[in-house]
Amino acid sequence: MLAPVVHILPLTTIRRERLLPVSGRVVARLDQKVSPVDVVADANLGQHHILVDVARLLGITPDKADGLIQCKIGERLTTNQLIAQIPGLISHPVQSPNDGRVVAVGGGQVLMEIGDIIFELRASIPGIVTRLIPDRGVEITANGTLIQGVWGNDRVDLGLLLPAPQLNSPGDVLEASQLDISLRGAILLAGHCSDPNTLQAADELPLRGLILGSISPDLLPLATQARFPIVVTDGFGNHPMNPMAYKLLITNTKREVALNSAPYNHYSGTRPEIIIPLPLSQPLPQARDTDVFSSGQQVRICRNPNIFEVGTLTNLLSGLTVFPSGLSLPAADVLLESGQKVVVPLVNLEVLG
Amino acid sequence: MPSSLIDADSVLAVDVGSCTTRATLFDVVESSYRFIAIGQSPTSAAAPFKDVGEGVVQAIENLQEITGRTFLNKDRCLIIPSQEGVGIDSFVATISAGPAVKTVIVGLLNDVSLQSVQRLAHSTYASVMESIGVNDRRKPEELIDGILRLEPDLILIAGGTNGGATRSVQKIIDIIGLACYLMPAEKRPSVLFAGNQDVAKDVNASLTPMTSSMHISSNIRPSLDVEDIQPASRELADVYLQIRRNHLGGVEELYSWSEGNLLPTAYAQGRLIRFMSQAYKSNKNILGVDIGASATTIAAGFNGELTLGVYPQFGLGEGLSGLLRHTSLDDIMRWLPLDIPTNNVRDYLYQKSTYPESMPATLEDMAIEQAITRQVLRLAIGATIKDIPVTVRRPFAGGLPYFEPILVGGSAITNAPTMGQGLLMLLDSIQPVGITTFILDQNHLLPGLGAAAANNPILPVQIIESGAFMGLASVVVPVSNARVGSTILHGRLVTRDENETRFEIKQGTLDVLPLPSGQTGHLFLEPLHGVDAGFGPGRSGDVQFSGTQLGVVIDARGRPLQLPSENGRRRELLKKWIWTLGG
Repeated sequence: MLAPVVHILPLTTIRRERLLPVSGRVVARLDQKVSPVDVVADANLGQHHILVDVARLLGITPDKADGLIQCKIGERLTTNQLIAQIPGLISHPVQSPNDGRVVAVGGGQVLMEIGDIIFELRASIPGIVTRLIPDRGVEITANGTLIQGVWGNDRVDLGLLLPAPQLNSPGDVLEASQLDISLRGAILLAGHCSDPNTLQAADELPLRGLILGSISPDLLPLATQARFPIVVTDGFGNHPMNPMAYKLLITNTKREVALNSAPYNHYSGTRPEIIIPLPLSQPLPQARDTDVFSSGQQVRICRNPNIFEVGTLTNLLSGLTVFPSGLSLPAADVLLESGQKVVVPLVNLEVLG
Repeated sequence: MPSSLIDADSVLAVDVGSCTTRATLFDVVESSYRFIAIGQSPTSAAAPFKDVGEGVVQAIENLQEITGRTFLNKDRCLIIPSQEGVGIDSFVATISAGPAVKTVIVGLLNDVSLQSVQRLAHSTYASVMESIGVNDRRKPEELIDGILRLEPDLILIAGGTNGGATRSVQKIIDIIGLACYLMPAEKRPSVLFAGNQDVAKDVNASLTPMTSSMHISSNIRPSLDVEDIQPASRELADVYLQIRRNHLGGVEELYSWSEGNLLPTAYAQGRLIRFMSQAYKSNKNILGVDIGASATTIAAGFNGELTLGVYPQFGLGEGLSGLLRHTSLDDIMRWLPLDIPTNNVRDYLYQKSTYPESMPATLEDMAIEQAITRQVLRLAIGATIKDIPVTVRRPFAGGLPYFEPILVGGSAITNAPTMGQGLLMLLDSIQPVGITTFILDQNHLLPGLGAAAANNPILPVQIIESGAFMGLASVVVPVSNARVGSTILHGRLVTRDENETRFEIKQGTLDVLPLPSGQTGHLFLEPLHGVDAGFGPGRSGDVQFSGTQLGVVIDARGRPLQLPSENGRRRELLKKWIWTLGG
């Protein structure tokens, strides 16, 4: 059976394409070393439009108005610049209401694009530009620790990884009272957060990033608005972070860590990611993205009971197994890190690799 | 390659759902089509595959293992037509995988063409993000900016009766055209125009260069008092497939394997329900219900007319995190027979949305899953009721019309731990009235049969009559305003072997009369105090039933079903009902 794979790897080579939403300009160079916040490409997304109805303003037919319009598509107009006028002793000018660019002319109307929104595409991961994709973006290759998450608020930053004060276990809850000025600019590691005051306090400091094992769904609107990246490694509700990710993170405290909290999209495959850059003389083969379930795999449980626990798949059970829910499902024996052996439906497992 | 499926023997039907891909084999056994077996695999539409092909091939390979037959060659390509005992004679496919199609609907008047185009959008996996009418108070440039921000996959346009308004239509077409023109070529949407046919040619000419694909269908509102959605709905099915072929890997190949016999799953289900409502001349209409991960689909057939509602917002998969935009936690919690904290239910919605393929392993998770299933089906039924023609008879205003039978698909119901749990979910959420039979499509056969029906109408007829579907329960729902506890109905069930069971039904109760599969029975009903037991208010009658898994269930709990507001009492009642139906 096909198995979903999530990456929680101490050392790997990571290759990611970063693409503009529309055609634009690639500003990065091949082999350039980039940090996650560096701009690698940009594009003008425009801002909004204004429709100047020349025919109506002049009280003439659209055909006649088209003959009087003096601007062309692509032309930049300044405020009050003439767009059209009826010639004669007393002229009736139609002027540009704003600075802008003409994007369409016809039917007695002129459509202008007003303002510029320059979209800047950031590298999102620290690494080397290994491929340029003309007009669209780049491919970046990095080496280091990779931990993929399940929820992110679509921000990018990097900073020093610090555990939350008094963090003793992967289930410890982050409280507003733990946040003080000494954490300013840090990327903070904690088990869980369910208090809006905590997120507000973190935003006021501000933190550079926050890594949580789990989050209360109530907090998602606030977390989405936070100015710093938030990566949730495991899921929703009050549950400890999976021990594998927790150990990797806690052993890398005071190291620089990059957060790309891109929202999880099943179809495109984008996920929030935590990368801790590490030197590597030879690039490793990229981690596989697909697998089938087999004995010996490290797996994470994504549903109750034992939610977010990690273990080793020791045996694929033949036939169907009846669970306390009453469902009969294909299942496997999993030996948890605690030494407990549990039987888990295959559909509730992810392979870690 | 057979030019028509009528000449074919074996038929392979593949359905690509958002979580599961199924490959179903039908073949001729003793001169008649039979359902042979089904193979399954997780769907591979999402990353890392981003191509439905892997899941399709794995499902067919699973079918090969089960049947011992060969359908794929060494290169994992379908062998069609069959040669020397290997391969398949014909192939059909259906698809519901992929994110809901981001849709903008455009019409003239809110309560005329916009309402009709909204109903048209409901006939496929569309998520309506924006609605634009001629009376919209926004400036044209605001509408343009709104469309640009949404980056829709699809724009559905209606408006103007045939021979009616043209200038208003043209004005709105200009706005759509400008918005599409401003989009990057690779992001331009597909457009379907189903409005005033007098301007259709001009609309086609002006919008074709600005769209990813331009489609014209007949007017869904040819005159003010006539709505005709079917032709546009057929065209919309093609548009949907075009979008999937453009955006989802492997769909083009599936289209080619099926020689164009690829349909949206919901459309195929709807087609079969319409076909059945026509073929079986049921005077009580036919209802099809499918609760899937990508959407809940309701298809109601009325003598060859179809009301189809596809609701991606009520799917049991990825969309669950958005469910609370359409309902409250309290409305989900009311269906829980266990005392479960509110936070657990909220967490469940988000966790299941992150892992749509995951299944409940604990009793508590199962209770939450079933509560959510009830609520999404209740919401989908509520949305469909509004779209059912007013001419269809129903026992009370705003209620569901009479349906017989009700066909049900979707693993939340068909794979429920017990048949009783499955039936109770259906009774609680659909809340049928009168006399009906619940039939389970345990193997998800309806889409394949619907896809095959156009070229091979014998196949669905023979499969339906072959007993491939499971009779879950025959159900009688008396409609009454009587006080809880008062007697509303006397009756007797006489089985073929002359066993007679007499019974008395009180308002507020749920009762079961055993009538196992293979048996037949005659049910005589004498309602009291003007109660409508399915024969009209106060009228007695009798009905012949075939045996089903759960027998004859008499649901006198009232319509609409009112649950006690006190938590403890409500939970006890829910538990009692589950036990009544066998636990």
